[in-house]
Amino acid sequence: MTVSQVSFGSHEPVLEVKNLTVKYIGDTRSTTAVDRVSFSIGTGEVFGLAGESGCGKSTIANSVMRLLKDPAKIAGGSISFGGKDVLAMSQEELRRFRWQDVAMVFQSAMNSLNPVLTIGEQIVDIFTTHAGYTRKESLRRAGELLELVRIDSARLKSYPHQLSGGMRQRAVIAMAVALKPSVLILDEPTTALDVVVQQEIMAQIKELQRELGFSVLFITHDMSLMVELSHRMAVMYGGRIVETAKAQDVYTNPRHPYTQALMSAFPPLTGPRVPLTGLPDGVKFRNIPDLTEAAPGHFVAPVSADASAADTAIMEGAAR
Amino acid sequence: MSHAVLSSQRPSADTEAPALEVRGLGKSFPIGGLFSRDSVRALHGVDLTIGRGEIVALVGESGSGKSTLARCVARLEKPSSGQILIDGVDVLKRDRFQASRAFRSQLQMVFQDPFGSLNPAHRVEHFLRRSLAIHRKGGNSETATQQRLGELMTTVGLQADMLNSYPHELSGGQRQRVAIARALAVEPQVILADEPTSMLDVSVRIGVLNLMRKLRDEQGISMLYITHDLASARYLADRTVVMFAGELVEEGESLDLLANPAHPYTQLLVSAVPDPARAGSYDPVRRAELRQAVMASTTCTFDGDPNQACSAEEPVRHRVGDPENSHWVRCHLYRPQPGAGGHALAAEPTDNTASA
Repeated sequence: MTVSQVSFGSHEPVLEVKNLTVKYIGDTRSTTAVDRVSFSIGTGEVFGLAGESGCGKSTIANSVMRLLKDPAKIAGGSISFGGKDVLAMSQEELRRFRWQDVAMVFQSAMNSLNPVLTIGEQIVDIFTTHAGYTRKESLRRAGELLELVRIDSARLKSYPHQLSGGMRQRAVIAMAVALKPSVLILDEPTTALDVVVQQEIMAQIKELQRELGFSVLFITHDMSLMVELSHRMAVMYGGRIVETAKAQDVYTNPRHPYTQALMSAFPPLTGPRVPLTGLPDGVKFRNIPDLTEAAPGHFVAPVSADASAADTAIMEGAAR
Repeated sequence: MSHAVLSSQRPSADTEAPALEVRGLGKSFPIGGLFSRDSVRALHGVDLTIGRGEIVALVGESGSGKSTLARCVARLEKPSSGQILIDGVDVLKRDRFQASRAFRSQLQMVFQDPFGSLNPAHRVEHFLRRSLAIHRKGGNSETATQQRLGELMTTVGLQADMLNSYPHELSGGQRQRVAIARALAVEPQVILADEPTSMLDVSVRIGVLNLMRKLRDEQGISMLYITHDLASARYLADRTVVMFAGELVEEGESLDLLANPAHPYTQLLVSAVPDPARAGSYDPVRRAELRQAVMASTTCTFDGDPNQACSAEEPVRHRVGDPENSHWVRCHLYRPQPGAGGHALAAEPTDNTASA
């Protein structure tokens, strides 16, 4: 597929996902959560994955980290990191791959801190386990790390409940970049935070990214935030990518009706008040075809007449 | 998509009493142990008026007291002080101990979580029928009730056959529509909507906002729309009120308020909205200044204006711009007392200012 070859700039892709299919296998029926998804992330690129709850975006993140557990199963496709096949890694290789090569900040990560250990102990743990530093050296580095995200290193002695939500989230981000990973996966990193804090965290991530040069896989449903942060983005629906292009192109010229609906779900803060229309309740797209190049670097899944029109759409309630 | 500008005109400006008026509302919660006398002041001196057929948005960060205000107005919480007037009648005096049925039929609430606000054991019809029966709005006969049920479903944009569905068979947007239909069944004057779209999938949010606007336009229902999303407040509401630490700091016509925010706290909120049209506009130095101004401003832009006196002791209101926009801002010098709610801001500025 050609999509994976289009990356920001001309550099080598760090992470490449090809035709990934993930199924949740139940006793009586199975669900395809991710369906033949392909994308690649270049060095230092911020790649956004947008979509609503249940569209499979977190499943992709967990597949990349090889964190999927039963009943989820990777049914097809490949994930390669710097030329290595992630899906073929042994447990020992995975242990090194996680956190050192690819790190992840989870949804509501600020609640993932251990409440009975100080922030310092938790960061030191990363260094002693993964990098083999001594305790003293680890502590020094932990202090530096906190200062990187603008938290006073005296806070090493604080317990998570003594920090505000924003500070906790920043501490988690600091922990994620502790071992200088090549790829950072951010799964809805700011959903649980207030808007004011949210923007500061995003600015911090941007700054860290410039400083340390890692690539980012950024997952969110907030299109405005995504366009602001990402170089390139993909929009997912029902386990499939329906549109992918440079973030600015998606913002100025969304082509898939679903992308358009997502975009208009966030009214602008400037200009006259114009009526917007979201996706009518219960409208579903079925059998989304493969992407085709609608404009240079802008790939869209073609919409067949019967799958898009609102009046012929299958109503969710009536379908049962 | 048509690009006609939405009317921001209210149906009529009559001389009757406003639909809902809140005067000097205060609420404090006791904190600490059983014998502790400490309390946290969640609301202080809130004055708010919602005219007939007007949509007012109440915005602020989490912890600023937005939901406490809604719960007090809906009488789910007993205010510590102040008055709540509906049609010019003080309902706190009229029904002293708990809300009366008459009050409930005047004011209804739509909650944030449509997954929690509908009993999973009942069909949609049950919720609506119950509202109609309790408030005796179902008419005299079964046919009249049936007809009313059908009307309600049509009004909120659902198909009549969904009356037989259980909540789990509906999507989030559809459930929220049922919750709105249930509120509508009693033919209220005022609907309080507490973050009605924040739990919904993003693509259906705008549909619910459009429904709320339609109800206002067609039935003249007044609404208090509580949100942290400034963009949706601007989209839906005629007027926007900004709340900080349990007090109102600024109010005005929505477009004007968000275009010319006067209070540093409002400026902070506006600057934090992600907007691709002004990407990269984040300036940490400016942000630190704004935080500083919110917490401890030493100057007020209106200082020296002979028509507007500043005061650090009492919450004077300065008029901003054209009187037509009824835009006012509380003097920057006046700040909430210590012990007020809304510590979200206070916890952060030290580490930011230090690095800026």
